[in-house]
Amino acid sequence: MDANLLERIRHRLMPTATELPVAHGIPVLALEPGQWLASARMLRDEFAFDMLLDVTAVDWPGQPLRFEVVAHLYSTRDLVRVRLKARVSEGAPVIASLLPLYPGAAFLERECHDMFGVVFDGNADLRPILLYEGFVGHPLRKDYPKRREQPLVRYRNT
Amino acid sequence: MDLKIPNPVRSAFAPTPANDGRVIVNIGPSHPATHGTAQIITELDGERVLRADVHCGYLHRGFEKECESHTWHNLIPYVDRLNYCSGLINDFAYCQAVEALMDVQITPRCRMLRTLLSEYSRIADHITCVAAALMELGAMTAFLYLMTLRDYIYEHLADLTGARVTYSYGRIGGLARDLPEGWLKRLEEVLDEYETYIGRIHGLMDHNRIFIDRMRRVGMLTPAQAVAYGCTGPMLRSTGLARDLRRDTPYLAYADLDFEVPVGILGDNYDRYFVRMREMDESVHMIRQCVDLLPAGPINADDPRCVLPDKQLVYREIESLITHFKLIIDGPRVPAGEIYSAQEGANGELGFYLVSTGEGQPYRVHCRAPSFVHVGVAHLMLQGGQLADVVPTFGSINMIGGECDR
Repeated sequence: MDANLLERIRHRLMPTATELPVAHGIPVLALEPGQWLASARMLRDEFAFDMLLDVTAVDWPGQPLRFEVVAHLYSTRDLVRVRLKARVSEGAPVIASLLPLYPGAAFLERECHDMFGVVFDGNADLRPILLYEGFVGHPLRKDYPKRREQPLVRYRNT
Repeated sequence: MDLKIPNPVRSAFAPTPANDGRVIVNIGPSHPATHGTAQIITELDGERVLRADVHCGYLHRGFEKECESHTWHNLIPYVDRLNYCSGLINDFAYCQAVEALMDVQITPRCRMLRTLLSEYSRIADHITCVAAALMELGAMTAFLYLMTLRDYIYEHLADLTGARVTYSYGRIGGLARDLPEGWLKRLEEVLDEYETYIGRIHGLMDHNRIFIDRMRRVGMLTPAQAVAYGCTGPMLRSTGLARDLRRDTPYLAYADLDFEVPVGILGDNYDRYFVRMREMDESVHMIRQCVDLLPAGPINADDPRCVLPDKQLVYREIESLITHFKLIIDGPRVPAGEIYSAQEGANGELGFYLVSTGEGQPYRVHCRAPSFVHVGVAHLMLQGGQLADVVPTFGSINMIGGECDR
């Protein structure tokens, strides 16, 4: 990414940081959950990050803020990406939904809710999308056993 | 035994009173109209779709969970099965992400071969999409022509990789093997066949009254909607926005190639058909350039951190034996870090978000699947149309269960 744009983003969104970390070409904004929606709005409205590429999470069990919610934005004008990250706790895994800015967030957040149990405040439709109604647990959490089976239709007795 | 099967999905629509003329019709998950295993719950007023609620996930197989318990190399067969119409692009996109994390430089021959094979796969993928969409509209002749052509490509790729669909051909730092003898000669023959068959499709379809009536101004999407919903690839380009990662942020050898980015006008089904047809022409043009530019030399990087040593050396010297053993059992050590790396897949931006903690196995693998994002906008394209339009519209989205449901 162009150094000038990077500096402008840092100045606007992370005024306290001296430098924005850049991971393999993508600037990383480590945000507080409270800044999530406001930061995304600034990036969309002031820096033309008009496309939400992806929302996912990473589970770090044992850490006080267990889930790291990760979103990638893309600017179809400047052809650059930016990564937003925010940590939420296991007890209250809640973060603002990006739905008011990007309607495409609906599906992406549903998947993240399925897989990690992160609740997106403002996304009213968090029905299962890749999983099914009645599925217990969140399979991409590290403590979900890989081999656990939850057949929707009971196996036939043999 | 209790034979009552619970419903795996909850409809977004409340039941409507019986006398207001609206009915809720469930289409799928296994239905000729769904173009894959997906479910669309529609609220109809007569034949008109008032609301649609699209469900996917029937092919969910825990791809991302499974990836966390295998070595970086062992994931290659899994990523093949994401978009199973163009498995090679998945291979190369994944390998590119891991190589960037490890800072491995691939060889010039590997770079050009990956470019060539990505474009070859793109043709196969677009053929599948166009052929299925045409068949669903009743164009059986066009379908059979296209399937014949696709089979030439699949058989030809089988000569190279040993498999027709799931190739497992990419390697971190290179490729599984070099081109067999005579492969490029056959490639030229297949490309000639391509021109014959695609010419017939253009003749059959482009000005066909039935085809135009079913496709023009059906399933329309504006550029603003497409961007807001995160559409990429032919879906986005059909609306008129010329965004293509191969052109915008060139990777592999795309910076050295001459090609156009075809765009549509209305963002309807016809434009999506035509953009795919034109993209195939561009791919053929690129393949021919790749053949001309293909350098000689090794296909694998000289990097013992990820590339297996020569088999003869494994049998003869202890260092190679140890390297081989450690790479197979422990996996390549990928430095701790995270990366999002994307390539222009046949359906759009195919991204891999990888998190490594420095182990031989990934900590987290996430695939940004274009199909999944596109299914998220499908309801918008279906609403307001006819029930029969569900078929071509959903077909032109090209939802691929493997990558959508992962």
